[in-house]
Parts: sequence; structure tokens; C-alpha cells
Amino acid sequence: MNDTAAIAEENPGADPEFFVRETEDGQARLDLVVAGMHCAGCLRKVEGALKNLDGVEYARANLSTKRVAVRWNPSRLKARAIIHTLAATGFTAVPFDPKLLGTLDEQESRSLLKALGVAGFAAANVMLVSVSVWSGLVTDMDATTRSFFHWVSALIALPAIAYAGQPFFRSALKALRAKTMNMDVPIALAVILATTMSLVQTMVNARHVYFDASVTLLFFLLIGRYLDVQARAKACSAAENLLGLRATAATLIAPDGTHRSIAVENLEPGMKVLVVAGARIPADGEILTGVSEVDTSLVTGESLPEQVKPGAPVFAGTLNLGAPLIVRVTKRDDDSLLAEIVRLMETAEQGRARYVRIADRAARIYSPAVHIMAAATLALWFALGAPWETSLTYAISVLIITCPCALGLAVPVVQVVATGRLLRQGVLVKAADGLERLAQAGTIVFDKTGTLTLGRPHLVNGDDMARADIALGAAIAASSRHPLAVALAAHGKELPRPLLKNVREEPGMGLEAQLDGETIRLGNAEYAGGQQRDMHGGSELWLRRGNATPVCFRFEDTPRPDAKEVIDALKARGFTVELLSGDREPAVRRLAETLGIAIWHAGARPAAKIARLEELTKEGHKVAMIGDGLNDAPALRAAHVSISPADAADVSQTAADFIFQGTRLAPVVEAIDVARKSRTLVFENFGLALAYNAVAVPLAVAGYVTPLVAAVAMSSSSITVTLNSLRLNLARRAKPPREV
Amino acid sequence: MNILIFLVPAALLLGLLGLVAFLWSLKTGQYDDLEGAAERILFDDDEPEKDRPEKD
Repeated sequence: MNDTAAIAEENPGADPEFFVRETEDGQARLDLVVAGMHCAGCLRKVEGALKNLDGVEYARANLSTKRVAVRWNPSRLKARAIIHTLAATGFTAVPFDPKLLGTLDEQESRSLLKALGVAGFAAANVMLVSVSVWSGLVTDMDATTRSFFHWVSALIALPAIAYAGQPFFRSALKALRAKTMNMDVPIALAVILATTMSLVQTMVNARHVYFDASVTLLFFLLIGRYLDVQARAKACSAAENLLGLRATAATLIAPDGTHRSIAVENLEPGMKVLVVAGARIPADGEILTGVSEVDTSLVTGESLPEQVKPGAPVFAGTLNLGAPLIVRVTKRDDDSLLAEIVRLMETAEQGRARYVRIADRAARIYSPAVHIMAAATLALWFALGAPWETSLTYAISVLIITCPCALGLAVPVVQVVATGRLLRQGVLVKAADGLERLAQAGTIVFDKTGTLTLGRPHLVNGDDMARADIALGAAIAASSRHPLAVALAAHGKELPRPLLKNVREEPGMGLEAQLDGETIRLGNAEYAGGQQRDMHGGSELWLRRGNATPVCFRFEDTPRPDAKEVIDALKARGFTVELLSGDREPAVRRLAETLGIAIWHAGARPAAKIARLEELTKEGHKVAMIGDGLNDAPALRAAHVSISPADAADVSQTAADFIFQGTRLAPVVEAIDVARKSRTLVFENFGLALAYNAVAVPLAVAGYVTPLVAAVAMSSSSITVTLNSLRLNLARRAKPPREV
Repeated sequence: MNILIFLVPAALLLGLLGLVAFLWSLKTGQYDDLEGAAERILFDDDEPEKDRPEKD
């Protein structure tokens, strides 16, 4: 988890004490997300380091969720010491917001697992008895023994079905109440009817009962459902870690001048907060004291930092780069950027057409067809003069044999395999129907800053400059957090650095230092005495040594390393690619030309982005939006399907259906390929299930289906569908799976 | 076939025992971190009782 480490580093302001909870027995408890913990050695180091701390009572690391739970005696230890200890061991640990713990998905997967256990136990034992009956039917079993076995089956099956069938019964009931059809309606009906009929057959001591069919059906379907929930829960917990990493507390300055931590959502207008250099501004406000530069790229898409001084408005989510600021929280003005974005998101949410999942669409055709067929069988046999019990038995056997075991597995198994494969490639599938919607997309709209580009400047004229200048620039830049300085320092980190004295930063202007009695200045043109050139979307730093002529470092926000290949790959797959950015025209035009994107729009505000998406939708295109900024969030909601990088704004990540990690863009292509392949496999699975029904249904209508035939048909069709779905893992992988 | 009177309940009891064991292991959080459990087997020394995972 490279990105989590990066995010954790850029957030030094988080105060762990705020996230500590008190347990019943007076101990303190903290949950931490530990980035980069992935082997037995890491587990041991993390737990060992914590247990050696004086006062720690309990420390348990969870490798699946990358979290650690620590309990300690609060009088002997402070939360900060725990984080420092882990940092000293080499792990970046960030407090995890306890509100996010124990989510619904976790409870759901736990109760499904219980139901699965019960269904598994019942299926095994009922099958044990049923096989005895089936072999007894062709040998010498007498009616008394058969009846005894049937009662044993009923004893096991009835409570098991009542318990393990609940997820299906509940969902079917919900669908019926809403007057729609889903896959669970025919499932629930078949299970209930088969069980009731078997109970009656047992009472009248008949030859055939279908308890085994009911419980194995539940068992198979619960496996599919559990895996589905589990795969999604895993993706969601990874997404929660990313978000939790940023659940930082704000530092409140009380009227008496003391500082304390406060949850961001408890901030009230008029409160004063301290924002240290390198921290995000917690709320919309106005600067009281401090001069600094603010990186607004997540909010506006603007790639250059903005200079701020007392009186200037600042927005929540922007990054303070320079000096500490004291900000007075202002009321959320209705014309503020954030308010506009929130309003737009709400409208977009309402406008988003309610998508009906493939499985539910299939169920809408399938369920009535099956139920009509069963009714027709009943009517036919009755008309032919069979007693009504026999007619009813045949009708129910039609329901059992058509019961969509294979159909019920057709979608979830593909979903699980696809989600798992994408997770290994660093793509988190957040929305349950995300893959289906992604497979339909035909137009891809990209945001610029932070999506197609890395959102970080890079030195572009390094080759034309003297090594000594770069070394000097890098040395002086190393003491600043300004993005241009960071880029320069990174560029020159291999070079030997001259020894500087008295480095100091003039916020919003530049840095000054002494070397061999000369004054060195690195900063903007005015500060270092340079001649500002045309600012065509790039940005520059000037370096002056003593009275020498200043030299200019030029920077650009570079595209992601594989942006060009990804755009080409998307075009080769027949997608229309568009660029929709809030940045200024020259920068957008240049990137569009470099990457070969014909359609581009610059200076688009959030409302303009939505308008463009609506225009595309009206023309009949299904749009996939890929963006990261707060200004993209409404557009991500409005699009048919949306993807966000892992370092995107919180709101955007929440709005997006997929999240990809890493600096490369290739996971986007991978996600699209997997989504399309999944759709093909789902349709193949439907085909297989229908083919099986085409053979089995006439048998059932004719009254030839015994419990044995039903069991064989059901298991074989389920296994065929599952094996077919697993083919997704065999498909060629687009690129090496993971970068380090 | 009188032997069935003993064998069938015996079979059911064993199955039920398995089910109870499964539900117990689920309740005590042994399925919470399957990846971690797979790695922990590589640790040399045994952990004391109090370090077992707990329920929230």
C-alpha cells in the first residue's frame, strides 16, 4: 500500500489522542492503520514493538485489514508514544476513526457465514440419509425404514431451512413489497414449496422427498452470496483505510489561547483553528494571521499553488504548503465552492437513472416464465385425469428443477473472481453493480490535474542547466515543503550538496541562505531578481548566487508515466476519449496535444462538467468519468460509471465506483477489460443455465424427475457455471500486476 | 435394522458437534484475519492465552 504511506506522510497534523476510546475496564483503546504491513515478519515486529512498551496490555495486528488494535493503561502511556514507537520500527501508523469500525458489510458477511455453516451441516447430513434411501429404493429397503429416514431428513432440514433460508426470504419479501422481481423470489418460492411438499410426502409415507434438494440449493447459493459480500467488504475496507488515513482532527485555538484537538465536523463558524505547514485546511474560512501558499489542486484542478495572506478566503480540503496559518472558520456561504459542489452532487444523485442489475433483469423474465410453466404442468396433468396430488407433485418438481441454482450463481461467482483479480491489480471495486455499468461505457472523460497527470510538478529543463546550479538549488530547496521546491530537491538528491548556513523561508516568496559569505536566493522572479517569462501553464523558480545573473528552473506537471499508452489503448478499444479540466486553457491544450486527445474543454467549473456529461448522455453515450478533485465529485456522480485514483479528494473517492492505486493509469484499462470479459462470462453462464433447463424441464413436466435426478442436475449445472466463471482468472493479464 | 437407532443419532451428533465448533470459532473471531492466521504459524514461540483475539 504505497499510497497510504504517502498520504500518511503528508499528514503530520493528526493527533492520535483524539481517536482513543476508553474501554469498560478503564483501559485506552486505539485502532491504527499500519501501511506496509504484509508478512509474518511485519506482524511480529509491529506486535513485538507494541508489547514491549510499558503499559500496553494487548496488541493484535490484523493482516487482512492492515489494522492494529492496541489497549493500554492510559496513566502510563500516551497515544503519541505508540505511533512514535511504530515509526521507529519502520511502520507508518495512523489512527483509524472508530466510527468506521464494524460496518454493516462486516455484520452481513458474519451472519451469512453462520447461515452457510448451518446449511452445510444440514446438506451433508440430509445427503447422507438421502443416498441411503436412493440405494434402498433399488434394493431391499422396507417402507418403515424409508419412512424413518424421511423423518430424520425432515428433522434436520426444517430448522436448517428456517434459519439458513432467511437471507433469501427477506430479500424476496422486500422485492415483492416493492412490486418488483429479483432472483430471490423464485429461489424462496421453490425452497418453501419443495420443503412443504416433502413434509406432506413424509407424512403420507410416499417414495420421494426433496429435502436434500432444498438444503443443497441453499448451501450452493449461500456460498455465492457469501463470497460476493466478502469480496466487496475487502475492497470497502481497503477504501476505508484510505479515507480513515485522512480523518484528521483540527487544532482548535480556544479563546484563552490553549490548543486542543476537535473533530472536523464539530467546527463551528467563528472558531479559530491552527493549520500547520503541510496540513490540510479543515474547513472553509478566512485567514487571520500568516502568509503562505495553498495547494488547491484537489479543489479546483488548478496546478499552481495560490498565495494567501490575512483576509483571504480558504477552502476545506486545500493543502497549506508554506507557513503556519490561523484560520477563522466562516459559515458555509451559499456561494462558496464547497456549497456549490454539495448542491450539484445532490442534483446529480437524483438525476442518475436507477440502474437495474443484469441478474434482476433476467429474473424479471425468468420468474414469470417458470411460474407459468409450473401452473401449466399442474393444469395439464389434472386435465389428463391424474389425481390432484400427483399433478401438484409434478408441478412442484418443475419449480425445483428450474430453480435458478445455476442462474443464482451466474452473476456472483463472476463478480467475485473479477473483484479479486482487480484487487490484486490495485483496483478497488466499490459499487456492487460497478462492473456491469463499466462494461457498457463507450465514452471516457478524463480530468487533468491528478488524474492524467501526477498532480506534482517536475523539473523540465534540468538537462540545460549546470550541475552546480542544480546541486545548489536542491540543497536550498530541501528545507521547504513548497511543491516546486520539493520537485527541485527530488531532482538533485543524487548530487553532492554544498553546506548552507542560515536557511530561512519567506512565505510566498522564496528561500534565502548563506554560502561562503554570499547570499543565495531561490524563489519567484521578483524575489530572486529574475525576468518572468510567459507563464504558459508551467511554473518557475529562480536561483541567484550573490550578484550573479539569476538562472531559471522551469517545472511542469508531468503526465502519469503510461498516460499516452493508456489513451492509445482506450482508443484502440473503440472508446471516445475526452479531457475535461478546470485548469487554464494553455496547460490543458498542451496535455491534450501530447496525449493525442482530440476533444478537450478547459476552465470547466463543476457545473460545466456536469453540463458536458449531460450533453453526452443526451446524445446516447454511456460515459465513464475518471477524476480526482473535489470539483470532479459532482461529475463522478452524474456519470454512468466513475473511477478515482487513490490520492483523490475524500468526496470524490466516496462518489466513485472504482478506486485505483499507484502512479500508473494502466489499472483503468485493466478494469475495463475485466468488466467487459465479466459481462461475456455472465451471458455465457445464463446460456449454460438455460441449456440445462431446456433438457431438464421437459423431463419434469413429463413427471420423470426423481429427487436423485434433481440433485445430479442441480449440482452439475452449478459446477459448470462456477468453472466457466473461473476462466476469468486464466485470461491474459494486461500489465505486470503490482508495482512496488 | 435396529442398529440404525444408534447409528443415525450418532452420525447426527457428530455433525452437530462440527457445527457447534464452527459457530464457536466464528464467534471468537477466528475468521477475522485469515491472512494473518496463515502467517502466524511461522512464529517460533507460542503466544500466551491473553493475546488471543477478542470480540469487540
